[in-house]
Amino acid sequence: MDKITITIDGSDIVAESGATILEVALKNGIYIPHLCYHPDLKPIGACRLCIVEIDGGKLVISCRMPVKQGMSIKTKSPEIDKVRRAIIELLIANHHADCRDCTKSRQCELLKIATFIRFDRKRARRLRWAKEELPRDTSNPFFDMDPNRCVLCGICVRTCEEIQGVGAINFIGRGYTSKIAPFGDKPLVQSRCISCGECVVRCPVGALVPKNVQRPEREVKTICSYCGTGCGVYLGIRDNAVVSVRGDTDSPVNRGNLCVKGRFGASFVNSSDRLIAPLIKRKGKFTKTSWDEALAVVVDKLAKYKGDQFALLASTKCTNEESYVIQKFARAVMNTNNIDNCARLCYAPTMVALHETIGVGAMTNSISELEKTSCILAIGTNVTRAHPVIGIKVKRAVRNGAKLIVVNPKEIDLCRFTDIWLRPYPGTDVALIMGMSQVIVDEGLLDNAFIEENCEDFEEFRESLEDFSPGRVERITGVSREIIAEAARIYATNKPAAILWSTGITQHSHGTDNVFALVNLAMLTGNMGKPSGGLYPLLGENNAQGACDMGCLPDFYPGYQRVTDPGVRGKFEAAWDVDLNPTPGLAFTETWQAILDEKIKAVYIIGVDPALSIAGSQRVREALRKAEFVVVQDIFFNETAKFAHVVLPAASFAEKEGTFTNTERRIQRVRRAIEPVGDSRPDWEIICELAKRLGGKGFDFSHPGEIASEIASIAPLYGGMSYDRLENESLERLHTPSGKGKFKPLEFRPPTEVPDVEYPLVLTTERVLYRHGALSWKVEGLNILKGKELVEINPRDAANYGIGHGQIVRIISRRGEIKAEVKVTDASLPGVISMGFHSIESPTNVLTNPTLDPVAKTPESKVCAVRIVPQT
Amino acid sequence: MSNRRCTVLICQGTGCISGGAEQIFSSLEEEVTRLNLGESVQIKRTGCHGFCQRGPLIVIEPESIFYSKVKLDDVPEIVQSLLPEGKPLERLFYHDPVTGKPIPHYGDIPFYNKQERTVLRNCGHIDPEDIGDFLAVGGYEALRKALFDMTPEQVIEEVKHSGLRGLGGAGFPTGRKWEACRVAPGEEKYIICNGDEGDPGAFQDRSTMEGDPHSVLEGMIIAGYAIGAKKGFVYVRAEYPLAVKRLKIAITQAREEGFLGKDILGSGFDFDIEIFQGAGAFVCGESTALVLSIQGKRGMPKPLPRPRTAEAGLWDKPTLLNNVKTFANIPLIINRGWKWFASRGTEKSKGTAIFSLTGKVANCGLIEVPMGITLREVIYDIGGGIPGGKAFKAVQTGGPSGGCLPASFLDMPVDFDSLITAGSMMGSGGMVVMDEDTCMVDVARYFLDFTRRESCGQCIPCRLGTEQMFEILDDITKGQGRPEDIELLLELSDAIIHGSLCALGKTAPNPVLTTIRYFRGEYEAHIDEKWCPAGVCRELIKEKGSSPETVGRK
Repeated sequence: MDKITITIDGSDIVAESGATILEVALKNGIYIPHLCYHPDLKPIGACRLCIVEIDGGKLVISCRMPVKQGMSIKTKSPEIDKVRRAIIELLIANHHADCRDCTKSRQCELLKIATFIRFDRKRARRLRWAKEELPRDTSNPFFDMDPNRCVLCGICVRTCEEIQGVGAINFIGRGYTSKIAPFGDKPLVQSRCISCGECVVRCPVGALVPKNVQRPEREVKTICSYCGTGCGVYLGIRDNAVVSVRGDTDSPVNRGNLCVKGRFGASFVNSSDRLIAPLIKRKGKFTKTSWDEALAVVVDKLAKYKGDQFALLASTKCTNEESYVIQKFARAVMNTNNIDNCARLCYAPTMVALHETIGVGAMTNSISELEKTSCILAIGTNVTRAHPVIGIKVKRAVRNGAKLIVVNPKEIDLCRFTDIWLRPYPGTDVALIMGMSQVIVDEGLLDNAFIEENCEDFEEFRESLEDFSPGRVERITGVSREIIAEAARIYATNKPAAILWSTGITQHSHGTDNVFALVNLAMLTGNMGKPSGGLYPLLGENNAQGACDMGCLPDFYPGYQRVTDPGVRGKFEAAWDVDLNPTPGLAFTETWQAILDEKIKAVYIIGVDPALSIAGSQRVREALRKAEFVVVQDIFFNETAKFAHVVLPAASFAEKEGTFTNTERRIQRVRRAIEPVGDSRPDWEIICELAKRLGGKGFDFSHPGEIASEIASIAPLYGGMSYDRLENESLERLHTPSGKGKFKPLEFRPPTEVPDVEYPLVLTTERVLYRHGALSWKVEGLNILKGKELVEINPRDAANYGIGHGQIVRIISRRGEIKAEVKVTDASLPGVISMGFHSIESPTNVLTNPTLDPVAKTPESKVCAVRIVPQT
Repeated sequence: MSNRRCTVLICQGTGCISGGAEQIFSSLEEEVTRLNLGESVQIKRTGCHGFCQRGPLIVIEPESIFYSKVKLDDVPEIVQSLLPEGKPLERLFYHDPVTGKPIPHYGDIPFYNKQERTVLRNCGHIDPEDIGDFLAVGGYEALRKALFDMTPEQVIEEVKHSGLRGLGGAGFPTGRKWEACRVAPGEEKYIICNGDEGDPGAFQDRSTMEGDPHSVLEGMIIAGYAIGAKKGFVYVRAEYPLAVKRLKIAITQAREEGFLGKDILGSGFDFDIEIFQGAGAFVCGESTALVLSIQGKRGMPKPLPRPRTAEAGLWDKPTLLNNVKTFANIPLIINRGWKWFASRGTEKSKGTAIFSLTGKVANCGLIEVPMGITLREVIYDIGGGIPGGKAFKAVQTGGPSGGCLPASFLDMPVDFDSLITAGSMMGSGGMVVMDEDTCMVDVARYFLDFTRRESCGQCIPCRLGTEQMFEILDDITKGQGRPEDIELLLELSDAIIHGSLCALGKTAPNPVLTTIRYFRGEYEAHIDEKWCPAGVCRELIKEKGSSPETVGRK
């Protein structure tokens, strides 16, 4: 940027050319009143308050006027004051509000400007003051809209449009009756509003305010505990409760943006349903007990099950330090590698496939790079629902000119922004991606130099492509060859290109192959090891990456060091001063059969609800019933807890110190904001206490920082981690392929269940924006917004079955049946129905197929065959 | 005369239709058929003649006999009069309001003989639904000339030299706009014809589109050729169904005849026109709001500084946006040359101006006059003066944002610049005459009531300022005015003019400012003496004779 010199109120100022007068002034500490300007949005010059005089008397709007060399600007003059004062007087005369009962008053821009211009109430009394009170929109459970306090700056409208691309609200009406409202002046909750609250945080006055505002006594900087994005937040604390959440504008991940769950969903922390004391089941009934007694019972029992009769299922919600301690407990104290975490249900195929091909099981680039990419292939991910803040970045990339290819059998929100949308039958991704690869090879769009230099096994891969003729791919996927070819061309010719995926890719009996196919595609076009181009697996849970990195895996020690490698084992034996079990353990999903086969007798379950979340969940319930000893450690009494013998109350993310590793492998500090609720304790404390009581060595930690140091010393992957460093920054650990990337020849394998006469429909599952497991159930507002559990069905199928909107149907698979209400929509492909997977009333995983991916052991949750029967 | 041939032109403009002209038209046809006069008598629909107050109107050619206020019952007699032995019906003649003398011929009527109908040359004379009529009067000759004898640059030069200024109100030099659009980089360019005539009381754009749609289309096609556009839009308010219908017919016929579409007249030039119906927002007459409206967005003007529409308009492509009348002038300029056009009007306002003359004037209607004509000529000669022997009080020009000028301005020439100097404007071409029975505070209140409703709502001075001014004016007319209100109105006007985002706000205070400037006494009477001198404001009517001396002070 060129530097130019301008004068503002007589002082010479060096400014960047291209900046506006207002930007330059604000940057230099010169305040120019403004209401409709916001640095994140395009200036619209509507409030007219930021007028200034340039070059001897011309009045201009400073938020839109670019500075020019030598420009002389006056921000104060009688002429300016006349206009500004009139505007403020008009606004206040029309502002039906008493600052004393406005929660915004301390941050109110209108009040600030009124003070700045020395607002004279007597003068303003000459005006006719508004009398009519307009109705407030209080329909949204999290925030209210009050037109009486609105100044119509339009910041909310532009935020919704420019930042979220949603456009739920706009100016409606004309002239003096204009107001901001959803289409048709309907209540907000009936609009397409996604309740992200981005407008609420930007509203300069009290027109959009959160409900039930309690002013926090202090704020604590930490990380959101919902999805894997890892947004930085400030928790507002009052009386040992979380009363507010504010996006951290300095966070490189979210830059202050948050989604509905992150911003308004923290009340689970102080939910009255929190477990506040240990429970022991006696005669089929749970009774509260002391920690001492509960731990004594657990220690007593576990002492009998050391070795491979014991399995530990770890959470993706715990901190890195906790995950480390948990796996250390399983290995060093219980002497078993039967330790796994629930990323097995979603992420494992990605981890396995990436390890095998590029050497590192993680995202290859940072989230922020997405905004600058030239092409995004979003496959098997409903990113605006599952990772809404990453969704914002995808939409921003599109606004910046990136091409967007969506591959999804369902019509997702992102389809509105896409250049091309491919709609394959569920479970046919390998064929689709191989088909695209085939086009790229055929048309010579591949990056030969990159392949030559950086990859192996290309010839084998190329040969395997021959099986994927356009005709066959078209038949398998149901997507026309022209569209596949077009998508291939868009992907191959717009570089750098990023591939985003999540569970739509992994939750298949061939999930690992799906990921292989995507890696092949990226390497084929040289989209690897480049800024803004590469692979973006999106993890569903806040610390799924960390739980795996920390070795809560049956075959890996922390830092992906193989259990079967004697050298590695020796290192850990030396470090932990104990003999370790050399046999890899069982996966999360294999545990249940092992219990039924009486190989495993005791199971310790931390922060996960397998009775609900695993495909074919009845079998899990059966196993839980059969197990001799079950411990559940959680913040809530979940479905699985019903089967436990002992339930231990854990502390939530807001109550402990530690680190999370987000989906881009950024290690971020989590801080204790409140004291643990009730008698609950952080997971690491519970486990360390147990370990010590069971005679374990090396569990004398007094603070997670000490655990972090041990991790850094033993897992090279986390070598640089220390709490001193993490105090003010996060650690980005990105890995581009070292050595050579491996191409994988692939065959198409259909889903293990395909529709037949008896079960003629395919059921697929998807995330609901307002749902994220047990945490979100405890947030009343999210339950309101979520509404009923629906099964979405194409109008053609609905007609075939003679069912309509709102009707209750029974959905039956080979494994069970549930009921749900029908929503007839074109968003579903004919022959495919879809449901969320978060409901207790309609537990979808009763139906889904537990068949595992042979390598990653992830169940085929995304595709199963069902039939529907209208309830009579 | 055994072989007499005549044409009965019956106005089918919106005004005459509301007076029953459609039924008269059908009845005339039936009567002619019944009497088997088809050979000698032709019944033809035309667009608006302009003298709407006297409608339904019939003109019988070739003699140019002019019948006004025709009723359905008159039809048999009219047809009888067309028979060889028939005589013109004197009772349907226009009668001079002063002398009472009947005037049989169109051209002799004072309403017409001071006018210079060039843009409206075809209105009332040709059938707007028949391209053949238009071609018969030389239609699309200008297009032919432009396409085959002129380069686009020459067309633009011609328009520039003519001195034509945009007739939408602002009076921006048309040629310069065309040139800016031509040189603006970009392959894709658009033409937009602004037919969103939103002013209450203005109907010249409507009449032009209804009465002579092909002239507008021809102007647009020539403009497309000149700037390098292939696509044009006519933005018409949905409240103008007849204009939409006639334009649709005209576009279809023009396509059939090869004046629109691919390879126009074999010249290799492609151009097509689409009609876009607006939803009736006044502010959508503003160019940037209109463009957003076509794009399917809420019509709200974009603030300065911004690129001109000529550089980044519709879908951010260079876009030429001109008023209906501006386009209708183009064929004339191309056909007759810039010198002819520039020879009329004043030095800085060339050609003619079209006004919708309404209010307290004997002859209401649509008039076209040379620029520079005085208000007195318009009101007294063309308009026939103030009816009922009342005194002239003021004339308001330019629509709701124009100003009210008192009698002292009657000899002022009417052109863009003089009107602005006087505190009013050409605007949409509305011209409302007011007599002594008009309350000027009430007039100001009326116009502010319009602007406060039609403000787009985004900018604060306009949205809240016009509302505030209305509230104050409303209070004044109800006897609740406060002594400081006049100063307050002036202060608010100043802030609105300097603070508003677009011309709607910047001009909205004009009716208030001019009424205060020229009729301050009336405001004072309302506020101080709680008395409405004109006897209009209901709460402030007092017994005769109680008139304080302040009344009429200027």
